[in-house]
Amino acid sequence: MRPSRLAIPLYLLLSLVPIYWLVGMSLKTNEEILGGFSLFPRAPTLANYVTIFTDPDWNQGYLNSLTYVGINTVLSVLLALPAAYAFSRYRFLGDTHLFFWLLSNRMAPPAVFLLPFFQLYSSIGLFDTPWAVALAHMLFTVPLAVWILEGFMSGVPREIDETAYIDGYSFPRFFLRIFLPLVRSGVGVTAFFCFMFSWVELLLARTLTSVDTKPIAATMTRTVSAAGMDWGVLAAAGVITLVPGAIVIYFVRNYIAKGFALGRV
Amino acid sequence: MEKPTNNRAWLLVLPVLLVVAFSAVIPLMTVVNYSVQDILGPEQHVFVGTEWFRKVLRDPELHGALRRQLGFSLAVLAIEIPLGIALALVLPMRGRAASVSLVVLALPLLIPWNVVGTIWQIFARGDIGLLGVAINGLGLKYNYTADALDAWLTVLAMDVWHWTPLVALLCYAGLRAIPEPFYQAARIDGASAWATFRYIQLPRLRGVLTIAVLLRFMDSFMIYTEPFVLTGGGPGNATTFLSQYLTRLAVGQFDLGPAAAFSLIYFLVVLLFSYVFYTAMQHAGRSEAR
Amino acid sequence: MARIELRGVAHAYGPSPTSDEDWAVLPLELIWQDGGAYALLGPSGCGKTTLLNIISGLLRPTRGQVLINGVDVTAAPPQERNIAQVFQFPVIYDTMTVAENLAFPLRNRGVSRAETQARVEEVAGLLELTADLRRRASGLSADMRQRISLGRGLVRKDVAAILLDEPLTVIDPHVKWLLRRKLKQVHESLKVTLVYVTHDQVEALTLADQVVVMNQGRVVQAGTPQELFERPADTFVGYFIGSPGMNLLPCSVEEGAAVVEGQRVPLPPEVCARAKADGGELRLGIRPEFVRRVSEGTASSVRVEVAQVEELGRYRIATARLGAQVVKVRLPEEERVAAGESCWLEFPARWTTLYAGGRAVS
Repeated sequence: MRPSRLAIPLYLLLSLVPIYWLVGMSLKTNEEILGGFSLFPRAPTLANYVTIFTDPDWNQGYLNSLTYVGINTVLSVLLALPAAYAFSRYRFLGDTHLFFWLLSNRMAPPAVFLLPFFQLYSSIGLFDTPWAVALAHMLFTVPLAVWILEGFMSGVPREIDETAYIDGYSFPRFFLRIFLPLVRSGVGVTAFFCFMFSWVELLLARTLTSVDTKPIAATMTRTVSAAGMDWGVLAAAGVITLVPGAIVIYFVRNYIAKGFALGRV
Repeated sequence: MEKPTNNRAWLLVLPVLLVVAFSAVIPLMTVVNYSVQDILGPEQHVFVGTEWFRKVLRDPELHGALRRQLGFSLAVLAIEIPLGIALALVLPMRGRAASVSLVVLALPLLIPWNVVGTIWQIFARGDIGLLGVAINGLGLKYNYTADALDAWLTVLAMDVWHWTPLVALLCYAGLRAIPEPFYQAARIDGASAWATFRYIQLPRLRGVLTIAVLLRFMDSFMIYTEPFVLTGGGPGNATTFLSQYLTRLAVGQFDLGPAAAFSLIYFLVVLLFSYVFYTAMQHAGRSEAR
Repeated sequence: MARIELRGVAHAYGPSPTSDEDWAVLPLELIWQDGGAYALLGPSGCGKTTLLNIISGLLRPTRGQVLINGVDVTAAPPQERNIAQVFQFPVIYDTMTVAENLAFPLRNRGVSRAETQARVEEVAGLLELTADLRRRASGLSADMRQRISLGRGLVRKDVAAILLDEPLTVIDPHVKWLLRRKLKQVHESLKVTLVYVTHDQVEALTLADQVVVMNQGRVVQAGTPQELFERPADTFVGYFIGSPGMNLLPCSVEEGAAVVEGQRVPLPPEVCARAKADGGELRLGIRPEFVRRVSEGTASSVRVEVAQVEELGRYRIATARLGAQVVKVRLPEEERVAAGESCWLEFPARWTTLYAGGRAVS
């Protein structure tokens, strides 16, 4: 058991090194970052953070990102819930193929699909709104959401549904009052994965927005091109983008620890 | 117990289908449209049939990118899947240690992809980055901006760091879903750690591993942002993967027709691999009981 | 073949147990003879599964020793104890065939191929699995799965004991009795020590020669089914075993009688004296089966009001009021009785037990 006990702390430590580097960079000046190697910041400064927090562009970018990620997470879970229920409870025409088809939509290479996406959302007037990004991201998040929720729902015995119907519950009331609380941890885990994939994606988010709803990731790239490589500010922005994710994972860690099997394959 | 057949279940799936179809089918049709036309200007489209397809299929640069891509994706799977399983097996099961480990483990997943590239761009520099300085300190000559192999390995290391946690998290959840009596029975039967893994844990990880392999395969096959930020595809073409080649084609040279044709081929390649794998896993699942 | 001995065994799941509630199993002494069939009976959460896992080695007891054939195995892992255990939910290895499942414990011990095959065939024959040996173990019915998990235990030669943890819970009622009979057959032909955990008294009483009744981490009584029925050592046993359970009426004692609601029930004077000496809350216990209805009042009978009569086929259960107390009486079919009427009941001293503070007064 000895070596395996050491494996996890060792791995976690290694995986923290690049993050440490990010935090370190955010506390250094540009000159120090590019001037030479230093393990610890020689003169730690919060100047980079001050730059970000005093610039409305950054703040707005941060809020914009959170908005479309929030819309995406809520919509994905809401739509995936009934679908996952159908997959977990019934057989129906084409169910297995449908499942794979949902998943296959993740496989479109973004590079070329960006332009049609742009055209599509422009034509219906959603371009440069958080809705466009949220909808586009649903291509990636919804299949996963359905899959994860289906796994959790299959773990709930079908007798519970039948008992509820016999007791005179209507489907919506049964679903909200009885079923949903039983798959609560599934909803938590699903929301985590939706959040994750939407928060870290950049290409679509940048293409489908321009001014009003520019995401923070786009703010980063634009700052870069305007003022050369401002590594310190970039790193500080990176550190800030870590915060919402860390909060979300903190809340769902126990749900993940409870386990899920994702039986549907 | 068998699931009842009920085609009204379609109504429950319909909202998802509509949203996905809207966002997927219309752009797909547009791409198909591009792939068979030559766009000379606004309102000036010429139908060219399969010309673009024939052109891109003969393009040696594309062959190179496809080879690199396959090599990269296979390397990613070969490292991340076993490593993820191994991590899941040794992760603490309960208490504060489990909480802390899960949160720290998941951190790399939650960093926006361009930031990932940004970190590694400096982190791996031989003169000013911790990783680069450390490797050079060991006496190895390492410079990812100049050496093709170094660049390729750096992108791979970055991907392993970035994505192994996803595999580990999924497997961890899968392991935690195995009821205690299975382990107890294995102990009574005198099963070794390997036999327990082979006959109890691995079969029960099938579901999570399928999704982990599919996600990692698809996403690594379409990797774009991170190597774009880190190496820009260089040096030479060493880290120019399919997406990047495609972007060059579509945006750089504005060869929309060939790019679209290529996208479809690309899409079909991913689809084919995924479908074969998915069906195989499903078949393995059907011959086993739930 | 083994004699199992528990010496002062106690277990707590928490790290520092202080009160009785922290202990899943309170210190106990038990001896199970080689070849016996024993049942561990008790309500959910009474500690019976914990005790079973201690015997098989899945759990190391917080205190005390486990001896198998006189050898201290407290620290030995399960595979060194040679014990078979069957769980409530059948555990099978679904990627293997039935035969591979049965061979698994032998393969893990490096038994030769030829011997393995011979043993597998023998056990399969015993459990009527021969026809299915080549099938994938997945997708089989619950009782087959349970037979396979039993088979994995039996396949090892010289298996010391078979421990079964509520093995019939998930089995369909119509195959339950078949499996129970199979189990009895296996026990008789192999003469192996059998320990059967259950909360179902019918299962316990029909399968075991000796029943150990547990409640809240304690062994409250160990004895033959007959002893448990006729002489419950504890009010819990009286109430838990039997259907309906024992009548337990709060009472006081005086010279040569217990007094329930002001009516005297004659009892041997020495019993009454000892009950007084034992102290604690006093109850008079008698099973509904032993209460006798008499046609008219005598010095040894009590007067009751019949409140309700339940028809149960070959007999009926009358619920009668004795003042504020309720007495259940089992009456033969032919005896006429109607709700509302009053009648006289006699509690034969031979079948009447006095309980002081919950324990029987001997």
